[in-house]
Amino acid sequence: MACLLSVKNLGKAFGGLMAIYDLSFDVSTGQIKALIGPNGAGKTTLFNLITGVYPISQGQILFEGKKVNNLPPYLIANLGVSRTFQTVELFGNMTVLENVMVGRHTRTGSGMISCGFRMPWMKKEENEIYTESMRILALGSLDAKADMPSASLPLGEQKILEVLRALATKPKLILLDEPAAGLNESETLKMCDLFYAIRESGVTILLIEQNAKAALQIAAYGYVLETGSIVLEGPAQQLLKDPKVQHAYLGK
Amino acid sequence: MGKRNYLKLLWLSLIVLTAPLFIKGDYYLSVLVFMGINSLVVMGLSLLMGYAGQISLGHAAFYGIGAYATGILTTQYHFSIYSAFLIGIALSVIVAVIIGIPALRLKGHYLAVATLGIGEIVYIIFNELMELTGGPSGLSNIPIFHIGGIPFNTSFRMYYLVWPVVILLLWFSLNIIHSRVGRALRAMHGSEVAANAMGVNLSVLKIHIFILSAIYASIAGSLYAHFVTFVAPSNFGLMVSVLFLMMGVIGGIQNIWGSIVGAVLLTALPESLRVFQEYDILVYGAILLAILLFMPEGLLEGTPRLIKKATSRRKG
Repeated sequence: MACLLSVKNLGKAFGGLMAIYDLSFDVSTGQIKALIGPNGAGKTTLFNLITGVYPISQGQILFEGKKVNNLPPYLIANLGVSRTFQTVELFGNMTVLENVMVGRHTRTGSGMISCGFRMPWMKKEENEIYTESMRILALGSLDAKADMPSASLPLGEQKILEVLRALATKPKLILLDEPAAGLNESETLKMCDLFYAIRESGVTILLIEQNAKAALQIAAYGYVLETGSIVLEGPAQQLLKDPKVQHAYLGK
Repeated sequence: MGKRNYLKLLWLSLIVLTAPLFIKGDYYLSVLVFMGINSLVVMGLSLLMGYAGQISLGHAAFYGIGAYATGILTTQYHFSIYSAFLIGIALSVIVAVIIGIPALRLKGHYLAVATLGIGEIVYIIFNELMELTGGPSGLSNIPIFHIGGIPFNTSFRMYYLVWPVVILLLWFSLNIIHSRVGRALRAMHGSEVAANAMGVNLSVLKIHIFILSAIYASIAGSLYAHFVTFVAPSNFGLMVSVLFLMMGVIGGIQNIWGSIVGAVLLTALPESLRVFQEYDILVYGAILLAILLFMPEGLLEGTPRLIKKATSRRKG
């Protein structure tokens, strides 16, 4: 299996605090991998490092064998890494459809002048954006709510919309930051179906969850992150049976 | 953009075309011309502030650069109006790039203060560059427009020059709003971190929209200079920047149509406030306060909302 994302000896310091310390792992194409760990373990920081939100202090991040250290987020998105956010970061001032359409930004190229004059190629591109966005909305059964303001959706659908928006960037790797947090049972099931659909379409998933049980049921492989380092890793089924994981995360 | 916007654009064109049939007299027509000129500036501000979420408190600077550039080039260097017009736009673009690259790294209040400072600097330059600008006493004898041998020497003729420009730029703006670029602008306004993660290059987008709004202001300034044939620094000071901003806020800056409503109303207002003499500034303040309190989205979107609310209360 080709190695899609490779993190090597990654370190991140905020002042004197090492949020991430000597962290290494690989994600191969087509996998669903999960990172679990308590609050403050550095899970979201890790995502922010991979997507270029924070500059890294030490180590390397390779995507498809290419060093992506400290590239700005928009370029990383263009390379094919997309993400969702722990606290929903939808464009609340825009409709459901428009949110997904923004996701197409990095795969399209009409500039201000061709948009302003409605050049023929811009109209063609605009049609493509619309069709593709509606197709993606249908994946999460949100196509019926396309014209609603995104802020008016219930939380579960907002989280699904965020995943769909990330999917619209046509990523190779999608980073999901606590996608199931705050969701009820049926919403969680919907979300899981979406994950499988995403994996079927050939997109690799790396997800963060505090809910270790749910995460390890979806993912094939898991890492346990504590105070910035990986303390335990293994196939998900094995982790679920691990006494330390059971004790700390599964309440047994 | 959808059918509704084309329909609205058609309506506006009809109103613009026929308005001089009902509004007669050079004075009233000149007010209509100023409405158009102000609309141009406020449309640019609406794109910059209402859609992209970037504040500018110094937009009169670009308005002034357009006005002075064409004014100076035509009176002192005998350029044709066309080339002076284009040089004015180019100059605004250059200034916007130089100012925009550092200033647009700032956010919120900091950006507001920075643009305010820039507006003041440009205002001082207009005052101090005596040989070029004529200093505080201004620049006079700016020639009027001639297009194809027709002199635009009356308000009536200027009206039919300015408002088509307004409609053209409104069409251009609407096209941008309903496009990939417009969505990126609003996305940036909604969440910078998410927009960036979707592949939006924030700094480039901010510069682009800043340049575009500077071009709008510059075009307005050039039209102003060749209409009034006289410019002085006081036409481009802080109060003018604030006035543009007020037009936007009162009409509804998050909606490009609102910016036109605001520009039209606030251009007409001083004319109807003559009775208050120097207390008119109090009336301005009261209006702004009332708008911000009762319809922060501006008159265009706020009025129907309030009417709806009032009627539903009466029924219920």
